[in-house]
Amino acid sequence: MNNKVILLVEDNPDDEALTVRALKKNKILNEVVVARDGVQALDYLFGEGAHAGRNTKEMPQVVLLDLKLPKLDGLGVLRRLRADDRTRLLPVVILTSSNEEQVLLNGYGLGANSYVRKPVDFDAFVAASAQLGLYWLVLNEPPPRRV
Amino acid sequence: MARTQDSTITKKLTRLNMLVSGAALLMACATFVTYDLFTFREAIVRNLSIQASVAGSNSVTALVFNDSHTAENTLSALKAAPNIVSAGIYSLDGQIFAAYRRDPHTQLPSFVSADQAETQMFKDGNVMVTRSIVFQGKPTGIVYVRSDLRTLSVQLRRYAIIAGVVLAASLGTALLLSSVFRRSITEPIVHLAEVARVVSRDKNYTIRATRPAGRDELSTLVESFNEMLIQIQERDGALQSARDQLEQRVDERTFQLATANKELESFSYSVSHDLRAPLRTIDGFSHALLEDCADGLDEAGRTHLNRIRAATQRMGLLIDDLLNLSRLSRTDMHRQSLDISTLASSIASDLRKAQPGRQIELRIEEGLKATADPGLLRVVLENLLSNAWKFTSKRASARIEFGMTPSNGTPAFFVRDDGAGFDPAYADRLFGAFQRLHAMTEFAGTGVGLATVQRIIHRHGGRIWAESAVDHGATFYFTLSEMVAQGAQQ
Repeated sequence: MNNKVILLVEDNPDDEALTVRALKKNKILNEVVVARDGVQALDYLFGEGAHAGRNTKEMPQVVLLDLKLPKLDGLGVLRRLRADDRTRLLPVVILTSSNEEQVLLNGYGLGANSYVRKPVDFDAFVAASAQLGLYWLVLNEPPPRRV
Repeated sequence: MARTQDSTITKKLTRLNMLVSGAALLMACATFVTYDLFTFREAIVRNLSIQASVAGSNSVTALVFNDSHTAENTLSALKAAPNIVSAGIYSLDGQIFAAYRRDPHTQLPSFVSADQAETQMFKDGNVMVTRSIVFQGKPTGIVYVRSDLRTLSVQLRRYAIIAGVVLAASLGTALLLSSVFRRSITEPIVHLAEVARVVSRDKNYTIRATRPAGRDELSTLVESFNEMLIQIQERDGALQSARDQLEQRVDERTFQLATANKELESFSYSVSHDLRAPLRTIDGFSHALLEDCADGLDEAGRTHLNRIRAATQRMGLLIDDLLNLSRLSRTDMHRQSLDISTLASSIASDLRKAQPGRQIELRIEEGLKATADPGLLRVVLENLLSNAWKFTSKRASARIEFGMTPSNGTPAFFVRDDGAGFDPAYADRLFGAFQRLHAMTEFAGTGVGLATVQRIIHRHGGRIWAESAVDHGATFYFTLSEMVAQGAQQ
C-alpha cells in the first residue's frame, strides 16, 4: 500500500468523519484530504486558488466524490476532470446516497470508475468501503503519470 | 376547368328533342296523308261514278235500239280520261253489250249481274265502278268502268317528298332551336357538376358555383349547393381551430407534466440524498458510540443505542421503498407476451432458497400466459409471493398457490396462502402506501409492497383485489388489462 493521499470531496462533516472512520476500519491509513465543494476539489487537483503552488504531479490515489455539492456539483467536477489531460485517467469513485438510475447513468457516462452508495447502515458502509480499498488501493495499478 | 364539349346531359337533351319533335311531325304527317288519301280516293270514285253515269246516259238510246256500235262509239269518248283502263255496257241480263279497252289486251268481265250495280271495288291497283242505266224510271242496262290508280300513286309520291322535306326542315329547325335553348339548362348543370368534382377532389371549400340568371330550380340548386359549401367551410374552420386549440392545450399540458415530472425527479433526488444523510449520521455515530465508548455504557445504554440504530435503518428502508414506488410510476412500460407460470416458479424457488427451513407445499399452475412488462410483473409476483411466504411464517407447514380463475369473463391470476390472513373489514386499506394490518412485531415490512403492486396493476389497466378471513389465509387476485385479457380469450 502506498502513501498517496485520498481526496474526499464531501460537504457534510458528519459524512466526512464517518467515511474516514470506515476507511480506518478497513486499515486504509492513507492521508485523507477533504474538499468541501467542487471548486475546492478542482483547486486542489490543479494547484489553483487556495492550493496554488501545490505540486500537481502528485495526484491522489483516488478521488471519493460526493454528487451533491455546493457551487460545482459532483458531476460537474467529474466532467472537468475527464476533460483535462492531467486528470483524465485519475480514478474517481462516486460516493453518494442517491440510487436514482439517472444519476447512476450520468456518472458512468462521464467516466466514473466506480459507484458506491452510502447506506444508512454504518456496517454496510464499512463493507462497501472495504471493497473500495481492496479494489482501488491494493489490486489496481494506478494509471501511469504523465511527465 | 376544362369542360367536356359533349357532356352526356347535352347529348341526352338533343336526342330527346329530336325524338319528340320527330315523333310529333311523323304523327302529323301520317294523319294528314292518310286523311288526304282517303278523301282523294273518294274523289276518284265520285269522278269515276260521274263518268260512268255520263257514259250510261249517252248509251241509253243505243241500248234501247240495240245499237251496240253507237254504244261503243259513245264509250270511246272515255279515251279523253287516260286513267280509265276499260269500260263496258251490259244488258239487264248481264251480257256484255258494248266495250271500251284502253289497250286491246285488256280483259273485261263477260258478265255483270244487276246485283252488282251501284257498287265500287278497289282491286289490284284498280278501282271498278258499276252503275245502273235508268231510262224513264226503268233500269235499262249496267255500265262498268275500270280505272287505274296512277293519279293516286303520283299523289302519294308527292306527299312522301313533301313529308320528307318538311320533316328534315323541321328537325333541322328543332336542332337549331334546342341547341340555343338547351344551353340555358345544360350549362349550369355541367358547371355545377364540374365545381362539385373539383371541390371533392381538392377538398377546397372556398370555390363557389356561378348562379345562372333567373329564378328557376337550377338557380335554386346552385344556390343551395353554394350554401352547403359555405356551411362546410365554416364547420371546417371551426374544426380546425378546435383542433389547434386542443393541440395547444395538449402541448401546454405535456409541458406542465414534463415540468411536474422533472420536479418530482429532483424532489426524489433530494429526498434520497438529504433525508438519508442525517440517518447516516445517527446510525454511524451510534455505532461509533457503541464501539468507542463501550466501557462507559451499561447494558441499558447499549440497548438504547441499538434501538436508535434499528429505527434509523428502518427509516432508511422506508425512504428507499417510497422512492421505488415513485420511480415505478415514471419508468417506461414495455408490454410483451410472457410465461407468467415460469416467472412465478423462478421467484418461488428464490424464496425457498432464502428460507430453506420452511415446510411449504407449493402449487403453481403450468403454462399461464400474460401480456405485461416483464420487470414490473416480476415486482408484482415478488411482492405477492413473498407476502404469502411472510404471512405463513407462523405455520409449521404452509400451502401457497398460484393460478388463474375466470372473473366476470376475464382471466384473473391469483396468489393464495393459508397464513394469517386479514380482517376483510380493512381490505380497503390494504393497498395504501405505509398501511399495515399487522403489528411490526408480528410481521416485518414497510407497508409499501401492496401499494407498489396496485400501482403496477393499474398502469397495466388491470384490477387487484383480495379475499381473506383472519387465520384462514388470503387470496390476492389481479388482472392485467381487461381488454388484453378478453382479446386473448377470443
